[in-house]
Amino acid sequence: MARHVHSGRFLSKSAFLGVHLLIAVCLAAVGPLAAGAREKDEHFGLPEVKFINDQVAAGWSDAKLKPSEPASDQEWCRRVHLDIIGRVPTVRELDDYVADSSPVKRANLVGRLLGDDYVDEYARNWADVWTTVLVGRSLDNDNVNRSGMRQWLRRSFSKNVPYDRFVSDLVTATGVNKSGEKGFNGATNFLSGKLEDNGIQATAKTAQVFLGLQVQCTQCHNHPFNKGKQNQFWEFNAFFRQVRALRKFEGTRDVQAIELVDEDWAGEGGNAAQAELYYELRNGQMKVAYPVFIDGTTVDSTGYLPAKMDDGTEYGVNRRQALAQLIVDSPLMPKAAVNRIWSHFFGYGFTRPIDDLGEHNAPSHPELLDGLGERFRGQSFDTKELIRWITLSHAYSLSSRIGKGNATDDPAVGEKPKFSHFYLRQMRPEELYQSLLTATEADQAEEKGEKAARKKDEWLSQFIIAFGTDEGDEATTFNGSIPQVLMMFNGDLVKTATGTGKGGFLDRVATSDMTNAQRIDSLYAAALARKPTRKEIKLANQMMVARKGDAISALQDIWWAVLNSNEFIINH
Amino acid sequence: MSASSRFIDGMSRRHFMSHVAGAAALAAPATAFTNSILANAADLKKRHKSAILLWMGGGPSTMDIWDLKPGAATGGPFKPISTSADGIQICEHMPLMAQQMHHMSLVRSMSTREADHMRGRYYMHTGYVPNPNVEHPSYGAVIAHELADQVPDLEIPPFVSVGSGSVGPGFLGMSWAPFVVDSNGNVRNLDMGIDPTRLSQRLEMLSAIEEKFIGEKRGASSDDHAKVLSKTVKLMTSDQMESFKVMKEPKDVQDRYGNTGFGRGCLMARRLVEQGVPFVEVDLGGWDNHADIFKTLSDNKLPELDKAMAALVSDLSERGLLDDTAIIWMGEFSRTPNINGNAGRDHWARSWSVAVGGAGFKRGVVVGETSSDGKEVVTEPYSAQDLMASVLKSLDISLETTFTAKNGRPMKIANAGKVIKELFA
Repeated sequence: MARHVHSGRFLSKSAFLGVHLLIAVCLAAVGPLAAGAREKDEHFGLPEVKFINDQVAAGWSDAKLKPSEPASDQEWCRRVHLDIIGRVPTVRELDDYVADSSPVKRANLVGRLLGDDYVDEYARNWADVWTTVLVGRSLDNDNVNRSGMRQWLRRSFSKNVPYDRFVSDLVTATGVNKSGEKGFNGATNFLSGKLEDNGIQATAKTAQVFLGLQVQCTQCHNHPFNKGKQNQFWEFNAFFRQVRALRKFEGTRDVQAIELVDEDWAGEGGNAAQAELYYELRNGQMKVAYPVFIDGTTVDSTGYLPAKMDDGTEYGVNRRQALAQLIVDSPLMPKAAVNRIWSHFFGYGFTRPIDDLGEHNAPSHPELLDGLGERFRGQSFDTKELIRWITLSHAYSLSSRIGKGNATDDPAVGEKPKFSHFYLRQMRPEELYQSLLTATEADQAEEKGEKAARKKDEWLSQFIIAFGTDEGDEATTFNGSIPQVLMMFNGDLVKTATGTGKGGFLDRVATSDMTNAQRIDSLYAAALARKPTRKEIKLANQMMVARKGDAISALQDIWWAVLNSNEFIINH
Repeated sequence: MSASSRFIDGMSRRHFMSHVAGAAALAAPATAFTNSILANAADLKKRHKSAILLWMGGGPSTMDIWDLKPGAATGGPFKPISTSADGIQICEHMPLMAQQMHHMSLVRSMSTREADHMRGRYYMHTGYVPNPNVEHPSYGAVIAHELADQVPDLEIPPFVSVGSGSVGPGFLGMSWAPFVVDSNGNVRNLDMGIDPTRLSQRLEMLSAIEEKFIGEKRGASSDDHAKVLSKTVKLMTSDQMESFKVMKEPKDVQDRYGNTGFGRGCLMARRLVEQGVPFVEVDLGGWDNHADIFKTLSDNKLPELDKAMAALVSDLSERGLLDDTAIIWMGEFSRTPNINGNAGRDHWARSWSVAVGGAGFKRGVVVGETSSDGKEVVTEPYSAQDLMASVLKSLDISLETTFTAKNGRPMKIANAGKVIKELFA
């Protein structure tokens, strides 16, 4: 047990045995019950869940893996709250779930989290996820209005807009990107910052996010490792040539808002009836490109938007609308969506990276990926249904504790994921932020909606590093490194969460009519969704003694330690 | 360390340590420190190797900086000037560096294949092309990992990145991750503001929770978290954090480096190297000049670069640090010899230059050559891994070193690149 950070004091054999013994007792108590519930209804009457279970299990038997035991009720409850609504459960939510004796309690909870009671939180969480996917986390892009983006996303997710319409709305959006302006359409923010340089970024990002195709390299040359060809990049790019970003300035410098409009495009050759663009091969030769989808489907090369001639004849094409239809009809679209959403829940998708579904990048579970994609389409792209199938799967119910039978299943070392145990992953910063509000019951007092979101953005900006390239590449130091730990140790967010002010969370715990033991229990439940161990209780009691009966100060110390632990920040 | 140094409510460091030392597992590094201050000061002055990477994010046009082609159709408007190194000419907008070129050498025969920002950034930092199944360690992680033993008393992270995030530690693990600071040397959230006894009690509680979770064998990230916690405690209580405080330098020194983010970053790099930090990366972005490149370079980027880099090289030399400190100047790739319709240059990896100097490098030489239009390397081409191998050699790091990636596969240091012989005497 040589771990270099731990002094001998904690490595005493008896202490360790004590912990293990306690866990063993807990497992013995919970085990049969959880297993029994599972046996009664393995897939909750949902054929899609059965499909996932069968496919994942086939992978286990191929690789001779023995899946981990089921997660405890508390662990599963914490996990599903974090993943669906982006925060840890409250003590009440946790107690309710544990107390529920229904054999389909998991299905009930998922149903609730996807239902009306949680619609705002669901929308907030998925708006956060998709804001990052669509426009990144950096705040200093004048051409993107994050609030506008987020408002649109929140609305889409609160109405559970089918995924095909969601994609189509983003790809074809026209209107003003800033809320409060006339003609506001927040969806325009996906493209508003990506249209410079003839829409190179719009091309690359649209292909990447919605089709799982990495085409950015083929802008300049045929791809050396896959089938991507330079002409495909520019033929895809041709779909973005009718759209223009009109900047509205405030004063002389600051962009106040951007309006996306579609206009007739005369092409680089000046002939709108056959509007073409040119690109340069590496040898300097110029080539021409018209709109062609990645599967070879061509679209009328006219640059005119749809209109009617005097005699009533219709002509013209809206290229972005044509593109949206081709994307939605493509078998790649549901696969890309399923892969992204699966990886949200499991930490890994079927491919790495998740937005590279090219032929050179074989997925870990090809039939499962294809089959889920088809079923997603069959379900009219109902994202909530897809989430229900995934969260009710056997794989999602497994413990993160690794056994002898599945120690080799470790994607962190580069193996293809087999999903035979739950993979640890750190909370996203947005999840941490929201969880701290929830755990300290500060969310009720917190501003709602966009005001709260902007506060979160500001907090988040301390972790964002922009690389200063044209493509807006960025990284985060919210990655388990020292700046993150310092923030958790000493940052304002945690200072507030551990504050002892009147009426605050700790004050309420300290002045409630609970016993000290119950107070400590409630802190552990709120942050870790479990009871403290005997050793932890002993340490907590020592803390009480050290603070000479100043209960709130002792609680503050305990609370600080709990919030700073690996167990809190890691979704397990 | 000065005896008067104080922190946390005016309590002395030693007093603090007496509280922390006996208390918590996480304070183990702090105990090590208490012992280390007993070691004599001469030990701290022991020679150590370091490297400073000047990272030019976005891909600078090296044929407008280090390898000019006056008169060629691709050459652009800049003129070459002679330098303090015999036979080396560089851009006229780098007059201060021109006086320092006898300390530096140029490799004009870099030829790589990654012309996408993120891929190129990864490749030049690690010597490996991106691979979805393995994360490779970057320069900073590798060098810190190999050289940290030379500076046992170092309490601040051995890999510091100023401004940019660099590239991560890959399979070497989060303890070798870059410590990212802004160019003013501000480190956020450093102060806890509670008394040390209480801190040590908190850490004791925390370490019990960490230990329990790790003991449950759920995967490596729970261990990683504990390791980083311990490093953080060490850093929070260290006087060596002073070396980040670049604003404490005399004003004339600050002026010499330039009142820019990059200037302050270079000055901080010098201070950190003096403190013993094995690897510092300083970022200067803004080289992705698809449009209007020449004005941007002459009015903006090159003066900023020239001032800071020249001050750094000359300071290291004057302070006797240059012989133990490697300097590497590079970006993820360079830019097209052909000038595009927007008076810019696009991405180009096939033929370009880097600058190196200090440590074991031969100074004042030019390696390799490009064609008259700059489009081809006409001598033996060198890769990212060759450059990395050369940098490691200049620091006396064995190229026989082999790491084991997390999947158990052996990984030769610097991807088994071959040393660029002309860079060594």
